[in-house]
Amino acid sequence: MSGGSYYVPATSKWPILGSLALGVMMIGTGLVLVHGRGSLVMAIGLAAVLTVMALWFRDVVKESRAGLYDAQMDRSFRQGMGWFIFSEVMFFAAFFGALFYVRTFALPWLDGEGAKGVAALLWPDFTASWPLMNPPGEGVEGPREVLSPWHLPLVNTLILVASSITLTVAHEGLKEGHRETTRNWLFGTLLLGVTFIVIQGVEYYEAYTHYGITLQAGIYGATFFLLTGFHGLHVIIGATILAVMFARIQRGHFSGDDHFGFEAACWYWHFVDVVWIGLFIFVYVF
Amino acid sequence: MAPKLPPHHPVEQSTASAAGGQASAHHAPPRGLLRWLLTTNHKEIGSLYLIFSLIMFFIGGIFALVVRAELFQPGLQLVNPEFFNQMTTMHGLIMVFAAVMPAFTGLANWMIPLQIGAPDMALPRLNNFSFWLLPVAFLLLLSTLLMPGGGPNFGWTFYAPLSTTYAPPSTTFFILSLHIAGISSILGAINIVATILNMRAPGMRMMDMPLFVWTWLITAFLLIAVMPVLAGVITMMLMDINFGTSFFNAAGGGDPVLFQHLFWFFGHPEVYIMILPAFGIVSAIIPTFARKRLFGYASMVYATASIAILSFLVWAHHMFVVGLPLVAELFFMYTTMLIAVPTGVKVFNWITTLFRGSITFEPPMLFALAFVVLFTIGGFSGLMLAIAPADFQYHDTYFVVAHFHYVLVPGAVFAIMAGVYYWLPKWTGHYPNVKLAQWHFWLSVIGVNLTFFPMHFSGLAGMPRRIPDYALQFADFNLVSSLGAFMFGASQLVFVAVVILCVRGGEKAPAKAWEGAEDLEWSVPSPAPLHTFETPPTFQRHEH
Repeated sequence: MSGGSYYVPATSKWPILGSLALGVMMIGTGLVLVHGRGSLVMAIGLAAVLTVMALWFRDVVKESRAGLYDAQMDRSFRQGMGWFIFSEVMFFAAFFGALFYVRTFALPWLDGEGAKGVAALLWPDFTASWPLMNPPGEGVEGPREVLSPWHLPLVNTLILVASSITLTVAHEGLKEGHRETTRNWLFGTLLLGVTFIVIQGVEYYEAYTHYGITLQAGIYGATFFLLTGFHGLHVIIGATILAVMFARIQRGHFSGDDHFGFEAACWYWHFVDVVWIGLFIFVYVF
Repeated sequence: MAPKLPPHHPVEQSTASAAGGQASAHHAPPRGLLRWLLTTNHKEIGSLYLIFSLIMFFIGGIFALVVRAELFQPGLQLVNPEFFNQMTTMHGLIMVFAAVMPAFTGLANWMIPLQIGAPDMALPRLNNFSFWLLPVAFLLLLSTLLMPGGGPNFGWTFYAPLSTTYAPPSTTFFILSLHIAGISSILGAINIVATILNMRAPGMRMMDMPLFVWTWLITAFLLIAVMPVLAGVITMMLMDINFGTSFFNAAGGGDPVLFQHLFWFFGHPEVYIMILPAFGIVSAIIPTFARKRLFGYASMVYATASIAILSFLVWAHHMFVVGLPLVAELFFMYTTMLIAVPTGVKVFNWITTLFRGSITFEPPMLFALAFVVLFTIGGFSGLMLAIAPADFQYHDTYFVVAHFHYVLVPGAVFAIMAGVYYWLPKWTGHYPNVKLAQWHFWLSVIGVNLTFFPMHFSGLAGMPRRIPDYALQFADFNLVSSLGAFMFGASQLVFVAVVILCVRGGEKAPAKAWEGAEDLEWSVPSPAPLHTFETPPTFQRHEH
């Protein structure tokens, strides 16, 4: 709690422009989904959201470079980032919860097991299994084959774990003032992140074309794409943040004891990594 | 932490710093509309939230009056059943997400920095973003009423498959608007937590914070924990509707009951999000007008935290009749009943604070006292509903409607109004007109009880909720309810009059507008200048 130098920014146009941009993007998305047109509105909205975010963060970086932020401000940012990541954890918790509920309760009950096995009256011939290859209802076709966790998913696991290690090396380098180390290892982390996304793309392609795992392939396909899809989106966001950090390192931003932007990026990347470990265990292996 | 300082009265200490702060240079704010669009000031953003909330309160209220007008007598007369369903749904959604929640956030914006001696919220631009997302979200939501097929018609709980397989096409827009509102809530809550944990005046420990700050800290934690779960469940709905997934479709191996679990895992903490800040407001007002310290400060804090923790363990009491295993029925019945313990602690503390106080009945106190009595009625009917075997009878009847309206209208809404009357002198520099405020109070109390008390009886007798017609034996109760609803609605116009008159003039209020008020906000001038506590005040502890 410092004395009286807390930086309260003057007016800013980014919040209101950001709200409007998000509104345009959502209206565009709705038009595309409901009426099958309006992709231009959606694209303009998305571009506007990204532009506002870039300009807003540019203001924050400028203020930080100008020395307007004190130790108390730094704590506000740490609090903000920490609680934001907690909210992301809860977002994924909802999806994991859905996966566990379906596997532990919904499917066995449909099969006639346990306290609510009366649900088996709906489809008496149904046998539960996981991954669910034979959805009970007519007209829902299950996947033909499941993905082996020990091929691409294992490679991706090793890649993400390695990227967490390389990022830590980069962070240590920054703390000790070895900017060259930071730059190189951060670049390595970025490469690993991009590789992960490419491999995930290959896996999606195979899932759709060879394995019959689609969004429509019953609850297995639905949970598979929901969990891995939102995780992949977060890897893309995390890699974008790391790319910005790379650019800032190139420009000589950050010092050994003042680099919360970089540290926040590390927090986010490690969070994405931990979510993947959960995915690997509960979506792929078990 | 600040070193020990000579014992000054906090009032004098910080008035000086507030006045000093005003003298320091500041950018002149832009004039006119732009000022409100671009502001980063917690007081201006607080006012924006409160005005938005009041407008939405009337819009949601009009929807409720459409419902009550249709139910005035048996038979179908004014609206068709499809539109009736849209009205019940939109009334709930607007009141929960656009009226009650933003009102509390507005009060938090205004009062938390003033109560902890902070210059502003921790992240002022983010604060403005959180607000401006709301009009965008709710204009989009309201626009669904004009879309082909009408707006959401599945109740504010939007259970699948009503909200997926059988939903109108506008449901996708409903989901997207709720996403925007959810982002607003999460960002707002993060800001509040960061402000409370990081921006307290030197010397103010956690256990020195006013209870409004404590209850909001815990509320904000709940928001950050459960709004993402809501985002998750509506995302799954979006995919079921638009991409053919089967999360809530048993034919594909999913389960509609999964929707209910996820929704109520969000939904139950959500109802405490709408009541915990109310506890904080009442805990500020009762000691002020009883001229006694709050009885059991620490137990209030622990009770609030206990309620928050329990709120994660009770969600399936909304689902007793959906077909849960017996062990789940028992578990959720017992955890729900446990909530009565910390809630009882609170009511006990308020009453004990009143005991042997020198009580006066200014408008904020009237609303706070009505809160204690009427909220407790809602709490007791909640206990009745918690009994799983009894709930089999009460479920989806007007008894449930009576229960949650007692905790939300004379509960949350009365507490908001109490807070507005309490802090209006600080905001405007004028006292609200007492005569009009008393009219507002008595008309509201009578109206609210006329509306909701008969619903207990019609509900126990079996009248189902969310149906536009009813059997003849419920006619008298519904007639009374409808008359009460219109009376309550009309009396809120008096409230608007009081607020407008108070902004424009009235009896001048000093810095410490109420004789018994203790907290830091009463140390800055009335009306509070645009910038306060730019130099942190030194907080002087008084023992609780």
